[in-house]
Amino acid sequence: MARAAALGTGLFLAAASAHAAAPAAAGGPPWWVWPLALFLVCFVMGIVAVPAGIGGGTLFVPIVGGFFPFHLDFVRGAGLLVALASALSAGPMLLRSGLGSLRLALPLAVLAAASSIFGAQLGLAMPANLVQILLGVVVLAIVVLMFVAKKSEFPQVERPDALSQALALNGVFYDAASRRAVHWQVHRSVPGLIVFLGIGVLAGMFGIGAGWANVPALNLLMGAPLKVSAGTSSVVLSLVDSSAAWVYVNKGAVLPMIAVPSVVGMMLGARIGARLLNVLKGQVIRRMVIGVLLFAGLRALLKGLGVWP
Amino acid sequence: MKPPAVEQPPEQQRYARVLEWASRAGLLVLVLSFAAYVAGLMEAHVPPRELPALWVHPVDRFIELTGSPRGWGWVRMIHQGDIAGLLGIAILAGGSVLCLLSLVPLYAARRDRAFAGISLAGAVVIVLAASGWLAGGH
Repeated sequence: MARAAALGTGLFLAAASAHAAAPAAAGGPPWWVWPLALFLVCFVMGIVAVPAGIGGGTLFVPIVGGFFPFHLDFVRGAGLLVALASALSAGPMLLRSGLGSLRLALPLAVLAAASSIFGAQLGLAMPANLVQILLGVVVLAIVVLMFVAKKSEFPQVERPDALSQALALNGVFYDAASRRAVHWQVHRSVPGLIVFLGIGVLAGMFGIGAGWANVPALNLLMGAPLKVSAGTSSVVLSLVDSSAAWVYVNKGAVLPMIAVPSVVGMMLGARIGARLLNVLKGQVIRRMVIGVLLFAGLRALLKGLGVWP
Repeated sequence: MKPPAVEQPPEQQRYARVLEWASRAGLLVLVLSFAAYVAGLMEAHVPPRELPALWVHPVDRFIELTGSPRGWGWVRMIHQGDIAGLLGIAILAGGSVLCLLSLVPLYAARRDRAFAGISLAGAVVIVLAASGWLAGGH
């Protein structure tokens, strides 16, 4: 409990101190302060993201966009890379264990990857304050989703629909908790494909990883087991974020000075977070992350509205 | 006790293998080029000390002020430390194309035309995004 509180407070203080230093950027702190601060904030974000059950990319854009001096264009470009690097690192292990299903991921990811290009172009064409307002709304919606969304460990899928049957969207994985091989199949694949089109637009527009939307769509809508949903979400993200990231690269909106410390900090933090999974109280961390996201979402909304510039 | 292995389909195992190597290569290039940039071992297009006054601007203004490249223009400037980082990013964001293309022969051999087509379509989507054609990057 004390460690969890310390981590949550650390994340808040690190972001707040970056914000306090921000106005002095033009004449004040030396350049290396920013990548260092970014590395530290992302390191803490990486630690809390794993036990909170949320992708680091979802935390990155609202927190760094709200409390660092970088323009939102560069924050979104870096956010996509943070989400992409995390998804790429986890992908191979998830696929080998069967927790990620390539067969389920591919049709959804191809549609979402295509729509993410449109989302990224739209996001880069919109005025920054409008993106901030929409980002605030989306982050606050994520907070509500984290509060109310139910989860179903093994949803009952009596009969797969015609499309998922034709594409053989099913699989098997070994569930260590129940010590058995779990065979699964999905249904409602057409509504699922439509939902993933929308998820792709959001991922590209805001540069946030879309695990928060992928997992409920796979689990609650399509009926994939919770662990398969989380694993497959990572594979989907690796493809969606790849195509959206290219739009940001082509526009010149990826600055290695912002992206690299963020990616490295987040990945190192996530390794520690995975090791601390059994030590930290997941529920406490989750509540703190919801609190930080609520604050960052309000900040984005008020910044966009010009109330809290 | 080690959990019993549940054999995953060969295409899933191949995808995992290619993804793992592409990610490792991308991260390695990203970190090495960044280290060379901040250590001053490579000449920089935009020196780090100038960045705090520049990254507050929208990307269009940033490019106007710095003359930074758009689209694939960065390839011509790969010898500059800050631009070299984009090579690592390109490997990370482009690795999935290799993964997807590696699946096509496996699916084709099994006469799984639907998934051979989906894999190919996925690769085409990422290549289109990378081409800059959709974003007007050229």
